[in-house]
Amino acid sequence: MEFFLQQCVNALQWGSFYALIALGYTLVYGVLRLINFAHGDVFMVGAYLAFFVSTGLLAPEGLFGFSRELTLALTIPLTMILTSLVGVTLERIAYRPLMRKGAHRLYVVITALMCGLILENGNLALLGASRRTLPVLLDKNVYHIGGIAVTNLKLMVILAAVLVFLALHFIVTRTRMGMAMRAVSWDRFALPLMGIPLDRVVVFTFVLGSAVAGLGGMLFAMSYPVLEPYMGAMTGWKAFIAAVVGGIGEIRGAFVGGFLLAFVEVMVAAFLPSTFRDLFAFSVLLFILWQRPTGIFGKPLTAKI
Amino acid sequence: MRRYAINILLCAAALALVGLAQADMLDKYVLTVITFMGINCIFAVSLNLVNGYMGEFSCGHGGFMCVGAYVGSLLSVAFFTDSKLFGAPLFAPELAPFLFPLVLLGASLAAALAGLLVALPSFHTRDDYLAIITIAANYIIISIVENIDAIGGPRGFSGMKKAVNAMSDFADCPWMLIWTLIGVAVCVMTVYRLMTSTYGKGVSAVCQNEVAAEIMGVDTNRVKIMAFMVSSGLGGLAGALYAHVYGYVNAQSFNLLKSTEGLVMVYLGGMGSISGVLMAAVAFTLLVEALRFVIPWLNDGLHALSLLPAGYELSQIWKWVIIPLTLILLMQFRPEGFLGNRELTQVFPRLKRWITLK
Amino acid sequence: MPLLEISGLTQRFGGLQALTDFSFRLEEHELVGLIGPNGAGKTTVFNIVSGFYRPTAGRIVFGGRPVNGLKPHRITALGLARTFQNIRLWNDLTVLDNIRLARYAWLGYGFWSAVLRTKRYRRAEKGIEAKAREVLEMMKLTDCAGELPRNLPYGLQRRVELARALAGQPRLLLLDEPAAGLNSADVEDLIRHIRWIYDEFKLSIWMIEHQMKVVMTLCQRLTVIDFGCVIASGTPEEIRNDPGVIKAYLGDETL
Repeated sequence: MEFFLQQCVNALQWGSFYALIALGYTLVYGVLRLINFAHGDVFMVGAYLAFFVSTGLLAPEGLFGFSRELTLALTIPLTMILTSLVGVTLERIAYRPLMRKGAHRLYVVITALMCGLILENGNLALLGASRRTLPVLLDKNVYHIGGIAVTNLKLMVILAAVLVFLALHFIVTRTRMGMAMRAVSWDRFALPLMGIPLDRVVVFTFVLGSAVAGLGGMLFAMSYPVLEPYMGAMTGWKAFIAAVVGGIGEIRGAFVGGFLLAFVEVMVAAFLPSTFRDLFAFSVLLFILWQRPTGIFGKPLTAKI
Repeated sequence: MRRYAINILLCAAALALVGLAQADMLDKYVLTVITFMGINCIFAVSLNLVNGYMGEFSCGHGGFMCVGAYVGSLLSVAFFTDSKLFGAPLFAPELAPFLFPLVLLGASLAAALAGLLVALPSFHTRDDYLAIITIAANYIIISIVENIDAIGGPRGFSGMKKAVNAMSDFADCPWMLIWTLIGVAVCVMTVYRLMTSTYGKGVSAVCQNEVAAEIMGVDTNRVKIMAFMVSSGLGGLAGALYAHVYGYVNAQSFNLLKSTEGLVMVYLGGMGSISGVLMAAVAFTLLVEALRFVIPWLNDGLHALSLLPAGYELSQIWKWVIIPLTLILLMQFRPEGFLGNRELTQVFPRLKRWITLK
Repeated sequence: MPLLEISGLTQRFGGLQALTDFSFRLEEHELVGLIGPNGAGKTTVFNIVSGFYRPTAGRIVFGGRPVNGLKPHRITALGLARTFQNIRLWNDLTVLDNIRLARYAWLGYGFWSAVLRTKRYRRAEKGIEAKAREVLEMMKLTDCAGELPRNLPYGLQRRVELARALAGQPRLLLLDEPAAGLNSADVEDLIRHIRWIYDEFKLSIWMIEHQMKVVMTLCQRLTVIDFGCVIASGTPEEIRNDPGVIKAYLGDETL
């Protein structure tokens, strides 16, 4: 039982990572009907940016020689801002010109896939294969609650995911910008006629998604400090599965899907050889898409004749 | 006679190629590149059936190549060689040149069956969601292969070289080149004949208006199964050839990167154009091989001009930055690829006088 | 025996009752109309009959065979063809190919025949080609056989769609608003054309149409539905004077 609960805590942590990335996939898909396949790599970029920012700020080697607490406090917003810049740049130079030309949606998806490859391999080519380690920014505290060990970092990750979810939910359902985002997903062409600036809504969406991915990348790097260029690929795919399982385009879906997938994975890894983990994750995806093609929260599609 | 000019020319070119290889006048490296060019042609043309003609976005074609590669390898090891896995050969090794098509056929059939993994969900699912299913299928296939320890798991599988050697023992020919050329011919003929028949045009009908297709009497589910199975089956053929050329297979060589290569070739050539995709497959293979030389030159050149910081070397990884970048630029400036959805004979109608297609 | 017999057809979409207890009979070689205000459920009837929706309740017998639950392509093979409200042609295939594909249900060969170019394949394709050319000739479309439908003017596209439906040699042709988007001169043409098809091909036609002129001049019988229920049926003359129909079309206050 204790073992099971301990695994649940691990699942919650992984679920938080998946949810943080999945939210970005879902936001962009919800607004543009575009699968931003580069998003997993934006997460990786977030982790690297967190590394550069924190080593730059931290004493003793850093330029500024800040204390750990201050570095942590500054790295979080800086990473989020810088990562969102990366996301917006992708939108600006790769996706927007294509969408303007009215290219087929698949072309934009392929472009996104290629952007992801460029981010991964460009990183590897520029920074080399040496692995980087994020400096320790948070002293590890282990709390024991009835035989289950929980670190403060894990709590922070889970808390961050919940807070981000609540914040995004608020933005999308309660603010003017959120209303505009939902409007874009309904009818992109009617929007300018209603006086809503399409480009600003799209940029805002990418800022939100990438900033959240940046946060996820940073928290991931704090939990698993060794960074490598392909770290975003697999995690990104998994997060994407989570988004789809929940019903892509639905914020609740990304959140629930993230935890669901993490739970399946952690339990498979706990009771079966860990090599079966990916097999199960992808089989779950295949099965859900087969049986319920629009995910848990997605609305079923109907053909109109 | 004139109507067959290009047909004859192509056959002569293939024969000349085999002849050159036979006479050892081709560099071993050049020979390998040409063989891979052929394999890429099969891979791309088969993917084109789904991505071009059917208008679905399959990005897991590498998975079917993987099935073909493994099944082909296992069959030829079981058929012609003495192995730990299967024991004594089922057939005399001297029969290898005659029974090798059986190996290829078995590999294709197995890959076609694996295609059902995507074909069945495609009844209810289209577009993005189907794309995701294909990716999942790719990962699932790789993951299954890696979890079967008997065929090497993540270490890969080898032993097919002995079967190729058995063929060479029978007669000293560039066997893999010959099989690849035959494979290309079979693949192109299959797709071309299929897509010019009313039966195959059902695929285009499903692509362009599924509702109309169903109402006008096209069994859309059957068409989807057929298209996915033919496509994955031919992908498996490419895989089986690949495995025998290399003499070693590893599931990870058929991951999403391989599938992406296929996508690059199809979109470079033009969706739904066999000749365009063939051109693209050749061009792509040449580009990848050229980068192998260009990157070191570029590195030396930039260092000579001191444009690069000392201690930083341009590595071959840049290849995987340049290739995606090429595709992105292509999507921006020439999204229809080389030929769009037209064939060479439609772009240059006068070619029709010189070629006979049946 | 009637060609088409529908009894007690009911269709619910979620909470919406799109069609309630719809019954209908159509004899061999009859030309009848289905009319009603927008959203009355006319196209839903066609969609159910052609197999696209599975009805919640009811029974459809076509040519003596129960067809509810059959997939659309199976029903087509039994001799039913239809056109669509908004034209649905295969825009990247030539007009000739569009017509040829209408013979898909009677292809008579399979994958291996196509790839190996067997005798059976060649014979079948020859037959299909001849049939397609014949239909094009009859519909005066021979000149645009090699064109892509999307490059044709709207009126011709409509005619191609009609030709495609006829290429399957249907016993029953469903026309979903054939006059939509045509001007009054074209409508005159269309009326003549449908009449000609009806006489020439000896088939039954069941049409949905909003333009009263078309249905009143062509149809021998009319069925009127509103909110998914049949409110009247009879000859055009009877329908014209039916107070229930006038109410449905014009509203209460005009009475």
